[in-house]
Amino acid sequence: MSALMIRDLHKRFGSVDVLKGVNLDIESGEFIVLVGPSGCGKSTLLNIVAGLEKPSGGTIEIGGRMVNDVAPSDRDIAMVFQSYALYPSMTVRQNITFGMECRNVPRAARDKAVEHVSKLLQIEPLLNRKPSQLSGGQRQRVAMGRALVRDPLLFLFDEPLSNLDAKLRVEMRAEIKQLHARIGTTIVYVTHDQVEAMTMATRIAVMHHGEVQQFADPETIYNRPANLFVARFMGAPPMNTLPARVDGGRVMLGDGSVALPIDAVGLGARDVVLGIRPECIAEPGRRFGDAAPLIIKARVEMIEPTGAETIVTLRLAGEKMIGRVAPDVRLAVGAEAEFAIDVRKLCLFDPKTERLI
Amino acid sequence: MKLNLRRLPEYLVIWVPLLLAAGQIVTFALWTTWISFTSATLMPSGDWVGLKNYTNVLATRNWKIAFDNLLIFGFGFVVLTALTGLFLAILLDQRIRGENVLRSIFLYPLALSFVVTGTAWSWLLNPGMGVQKLVNDLGWTGFRFDWLVDRDMAIWTIVIAGIWQSSGFAMALFLAGLRSVEPDLVKAAQIDGAGPFRLYTRVILPSLWPIVIAVMVILIQTAIRTFDLVRALTGGGPGIATQLPALVVYDFMFQRGQLGRGSAAAVLMLLTLAAVLLPYGIWKYVQRRRAANA
Repeated sequence: MSALMIRDLHKRFGSVDVLKGVNLDIESGEFIVLVGPSGCGKSTLLNIVAGLEKPSGGTIEIGGRMVNDVAPSDRDIAMVFQSYALYPSMTVRQNITFGMECRNVPRAARDKAVEHVSKLLQIEPLLNRKPSQLSGGQRQRVAMGRALVRDPLLFLFDEPLSNLDAKLRVEMRAEIKQLHARIGTTIVYVTHDQVEAMTMATRIAVMHHGEVQQFADPETIYNRPANLFVARFMGAPPMNTLPARVDGGRVMLGDGSVALPIDAVGLGARDVVLGIRPECIAEPGRRFGDAAPLIIKARVEMIEPTGAETIVTLRLAGEKMIGRVAPDVRLAVGAEAEFAIDVRKLCLFDPKTERLI
Repeated sequence: MKLNLRRLPEYLVIWVPLLLAAGQIVTFALWTTWISFTSATLMPSGDWVGLKNYTNVLATRNWKIAFDNLLIFGFGFVVLTALTGLFLAILLDQRIRGENVLRSIFLYPLALSFVVTGTAWSWLLNPGMGVQKLVNDLGWTGFRFDWLVDRDMAIWTIVIAGIWQSSGFAMALFLAGLRSVEPDLVKAAQIDGAGPFRLYTRVILPSLWPIVIAVMVILIQTAIRTFDLVRALTGGGPGIATQLPALVVYDFMFQRGQLGRGSAAAVLMLLTLAAVLLPYGIWKYVQRRRAANA
C-alpha cells in the first residue's frame, strides 16, 4: 500500500517558486529522508504534507486518501518539530495526551496510551515535569512520545536532531532508527545533514531548487548519483568532480597527463565530468576487490589527520582532488607520492546537463 | 575610583537629573509623611499629633466612599481593560489587512491626557447633549443613558472612559506577547486537533501570563492614582458619589486647608500602591534569581 503519494506538487510564495512539481511515491513502512541544503523546499514540502500550508497545485494522498482539503488533525499524521514545540504550560503527560484530549478520548484510554509510550521511550520518571525542567535530549524524547501516542499512518520529522549536541545527535539517530524498526510506521524525515540521511533512510529524496534531484536507496544515491548536485552534496568530504575526456576504454583527466581505464563502450570520444569518491584514492598498499590496483603519482598539497584516517589534498593532472589514506601512511606536503585508485566506482557526468551518463 | 574627566558629560547627564528627581520624590514623600503626623493646616507646620490625622481621615464618609469607589473602579477598570485589550489583540493577531492602521487607532487614546478623555466623555455621556440625546433624536425617545448623573452608576462612567483610554495599551502589550508565541507551538496544536478556543485557552494564553501580570500591575497603579479623569469627567460628583482617594487628598489639602489630614490620606494611598507593587517587585526578583540559577 502506498503510504504517501505526492503528485506534481507546486508551491509559490508570491513570485518565488519554492516547489516546482514534486512527485514522490512512498510505500508503507518506509523511512524516507528528504535532504537538501537550506532553502531547497524540503520543510515546505513537509508542511504541505502535514496540512499546515496549502499547495499552489498538485495532489497529496495519505494512505490512498486525497487529503488536499483535509485538516491537519484529520490526516492521520503526527509531527516532530525541530524546536520540539512542547506546550510550555503543560506537564509532559499533558503534552502527550493533548491530542487525545482534543479528540475526546476517554481518560482510561489516555492513561493506557501514555503508559505504553512512556515505557517505550523511557520517559516515565518525567511525566509530571514541565518542559522547562527537561534537558534537550529529554525534550526530544517527549516530542517523539507525543507523536508516537497518536499511532498515525505517517510520522513527519522536521529536522528533529538539529538542536542537539553532536554526541546526543548520534545517540538519538540510532534510537530513531531502532524505533522505526520496531513500530514499522512510515516516516518522512527532513534534514540538511547528509549523514543522517545515509544512516537512517530506506530511501532518500535529495532536493535542490524545489525539485527532487534523485529519489533512491542510500547506496544508489551514494554510488550512482543522478547528477553533479547529488554527487557533490552527499558524502563528506564530497565527491571529487573534474573535467575529463573519454576515448575508447580510457578516461583522460584534466590536462590529459593521467588516463584511467574505464568501461565506457559506446560513448565514443567526448568530454565528460569525472566523479571519484575520496575513499577511491588511497595509499598504494590498499586492495580494491580482486583486481590489481591502479597506481598513479600525484603531488601532496595538504594533509589533515583525523585519527581514523588522513584526508589528503593532492594535485592530479592539474586538478585538485581529495583522497583518504590510512593514518599510518607518512606523506610529505609538496612531494610526489603514489596512490592507489579504485576504478570500479568512477562516475561520468555530462558536462552540459550535469546528469549521470 | 578615579574620576575620568572625559566622561564628565556622561556623569552630569545621568547623575544630576537622577539626583534631582530622586531628591524631589524621596524628599517630598518623607516630608509628606512627616506632615501627616502633625497638626498642620494651611501652612506645613504644626505639632506632633501621632496617628490622629489617620484615624480622622479613616473615619470620614468622604474617605470611605472614595475607597469603596476605588475598589469598584479598580476592579472594573483593570479587569475590563485587560479583557478588552486581550480581545482586541487576539482579533488583530489573525493576520488581518490594515493591522497597522487599526493598531494606531486603538493605541491613539493613550496619547491623550486623562483630562482630554474625561472632558470628551463628559460631553458624550451628558444626557442632554451626548449619546442619549443622539438616540432620542433618532426616534427612540424612551432611551435613557444617564449614568453620569446617577449616584449609583456614575462611577461606571469613569470605568468606561478609563477602558477607552487604556485598552489600546493593554492590547499592544498582549499583541507583542501573542506574536512572541513560537509558531511551531501553533502548528503542533493544529496537528493535535485543537480548535481556536482550545488553542488560545490551553496553549497560547498560558504562555502569556507574565504579560498579564505586568499589564495588571500597571493598570492597578494607574487606577490607584487616578485623579485627572474623575476631575474632568464628574468632578467627583454627583455630590461625592465618584470620589477617589486622590480627589480626597486634593480636597483636604487645597480646598479645606487641612495639610495634615491630606498628607495622611496621601500616605494611605502610597501604602495601597506599595501593597500592589512590592509583591510584584519581589516576584520579579525571585523570577530573575531563578532564571540566573537555572
